[in-house]
Amino acid sequence: MPSLKELAKRKEMLTPGHRLCAGCGAPIAVRLILMAADKPVVAANATGCLEVSTSIFPYTAWDIPWIHNAFENVAATISGVESMYRAKKRKGEITEDIYFVAFGGDGGTYDIGLQSLSGALERGHRFLYVCYNNEAYMNTGIQRSSATPLGAWTTTSPEGEAQPGKLQWRKNLTEIVVAHGIPYVAQSAPWNWRDLTSKAEKAFHTDGPSFINVLASCNRGWRHLPSDTMKIMQLASDCCIWPMYEVENGKYRLTYKPKEKKPVEEWLKAQGRFKHLFTPENRHLIEEIQAYVDKEWELLLKRCEA
Amino acid sequence: MAINLKARVMGLNGNAAVAYAMKQINPDVVAAYPITPQTDCVERFAEYVSEGLVKTEFVTVESEHSAMSACIGAAAAGGRVMTATAANGLALMWEVLYIAASMRLPIVMMVTNRALSGNINIHCDHSDTMGARDSGWIQLFSENAQEAYDNIIQAVKIAEDLNVRLPVMVTQDGFIISHAVERVEVLDDEVVQNFVGPYKPVYPLLDLSHPVTYGPLDLFDYYFEHKRSQIEAIDNSFPVIKKVAEEFEKISGRSYGFLESYKLDDAEYAVIALGSTCGTAKEAVNALREKGKKVGLLKIRCFRPFPKAEIIKALAPLKGVAVLDRSVSFGGFGGPVFTEVRSALYDAPSHPLIINFFYGLGGRDIYPEDIIKALEKIENVVQKGKVEEHIGYLGLRE
Ligand SMILES: Cc1ncc(C[n+]2csc(CCOP(=O)(O)OP(=O)(O)O)c2C)c(N)n1
Ligand code: SF4
Ligand SMILES: [Mg+2]
Repeated sequence: MPSLKELAKRKEMLTPGHRLCAGCGAPIAVRLILMAADKPVVAANATGCLEVSTSIFPYTAWDIPWIHNAFENVAATISGVESMYRAKKRKGEITEDIYFVAFGGDGGTYDIGLQSLSGALERGHRFLYVCYNNEAYMNTGIQRSSATPLGAWTTTSPEGEAQPGKLQWRKNLTEIVVAHGIPYVAQSAPWNWRDLTSKAEKAFHTDGPSFINVLASCNRGWRHLPSDTMKIMQLASDCCIWPMYEVENGKYRLTYKPKEKKPVEEWLKAQGRFKHLFTPENRHLIEEIQAYVDKEWELLLKRCEA
Repeated sequence: MAINLKARVMGLNGNAAVAYAMKQINPDVVAAYPITPQTDCVERFAEYVSEGLVKTEFVTVESEHSAMSACIGAAAAGGRVMTATAANGLALMWEVLYIAASMRLPIVMMVTNRALSGNINIHCDHSDTMGARDSGWIQLFSENAQEAYDNIIQAVKIAEDLNVRLPVMVTQDGFIISHAVERVEVLDDEVVQNFVGPYKPVYPLLDLSHPVTYGPLDLFDYYFEHKRSQIEAIDNSFPVIKKVAEEFEKISGRSYGFLESYKLDDAEYAVIALGSTCGTAKEAVNALREKGKKVGLLKIRCFRPFPKAEIIKALAPLKGVAVLDRSVSFGGFGGPVFTEVRSALYDAPSHPLIINFFYGLGGRDIYPEDIIKALEKIENVVQKGKVEEHIGYLGLRE
């Protein structure tokens, strides 16, 4: 892995001037991932915050070939691009090596785009799929997705007299992708640039499909200060809510082990979307969340030891 | 006329004829998903891939939505792309059909016409294609397997014309054409290759030295102008469709227009139809002609863009017209063909009386006697001097 100094010298593919909110986790993740590419990149983007804020006609923040098709089909779209590339390469019409990357939000990946993703993974296209996961449909105004954690307030899981925010546990998409048996799967977060860029580099070098589920805070939806983005995301890893790990050809490896496993309460407390969990009626949910996170963490540790 | 003497005759059903044309076109990418009655076409193409007879990347997607999405990605990447579908598959593509057209991607798709659910039905009507008529695709209808073959080859050239750059849908009636083996004259591979020529990429995504952004957020300040240019593009296809047909005639000896007039020159009454029904209608016209009736048929080959000027020219001199619609626009004033034809005639120097018949939904057979009934009805209406009921049905139990 090149040093940060060397990485910083690489061309910016997502350029300044885009209109994502200050402190948004998505462009930080995207820039770190693209920095890891040592060859040209062609990108596809699902509908969502990242897409709408970087491509407002007649401007574009993308200094690489980039295509947005619709919300649920970014994996199918990049499959088409990559297939054309293979056809042209076979005929000798293209000689360069190109990396293909698809960016989808959690809504575009966990929910409406899951079928398209699954199909593309099964077909074995050589591409990296990045789910920039802000745990809700942010672009349409913070609605719950299947990545939204239990108890979180969103505009379609508001907390009220009868309900304490979202009622369901989040889906474990990373494990669903692992079950596809693709060569490289990882979970990361941009608070740790080295973790994310080295995973991105591995993913780009993978001869087949690869997938990174990257936590990308949305301060608008999570309700924290824009300046706290990195801190909040690190808390997610330190509380073991967002473990950083990779699965390379089926082999699990924990890539970040918190020095001291922090209670989930610290992560919940830091965000307005969980505020209502701290009332006496809802406090039991914090314990349930802790138990859930502990169970998942233990399971992951076992997989990594195996 | 310079007819291609090397033409070969094969016994092919409509699906096989299109698959054979696809083999000869040898596109860079085909992404497709099976659905009756199109499946046979995709299976045959898969065999060509498996036998190494084409150089195509064949993307066996997990749905039609992904089929069209992958076609969009592939076409934007900068190469020749084809697919095929029917009915629910086309309906599932609805969202992305519009995106393909608005990105001005010259994708060619065969649609084996089949009724839309519900209830689920696998047989022919035009509800699938008519549902896509406003999506920005050029739509060519075929009367038989030969026309499906010929249209697919022409479609590539129309779609890729630099003044057009739009996707083209070529339809054939499910089972009636897709599964009936007919005599089809096929061209030599080389002739087809020369006719379609090499693909000319326009703003390809894979051109790394000129990075382009496809599919941006396009709001009230530009979207309207972009739609206006799309209108221009499909209007531009009129002379191109004509030119391509003329060039095609030179290699095949078969001529194509936006419309086909059958015994219309001295006719007083006519039926209008699309697809395989035109063959049946010709029989009906012949039968009535034998009885001395001055009747004819107007077949619409090109439904999008709608050839308004040619329609007026062909129909204005008539006394009465019966429009046959194989799909319903629920709650509308008649079927899609009727609405469009009647609207075109508003500006005509003279107006034939015009009535509409729904027929053949869900694959219900249509017979020459049905069409004779339609022609007799319009004659009757004209004798009365006015239309009392605009809408009727053929072949329906009531
Ligand atoms: C088929 C379809 N359904 C719904 C929408 C509306 N929509 C646009 S973006 C979006 C949510 C995006 O959420 P996510 O994928 O998590 O990305 P984020 O905006 O959070 O970054 C929705 C619901 C759409 N564009 N297309
Ligand atoms: S709403 Fe959230 S996800 Fe969207 S740009 Fe703003 S911070 Fe980023
Ligand atoms: Mg989201």
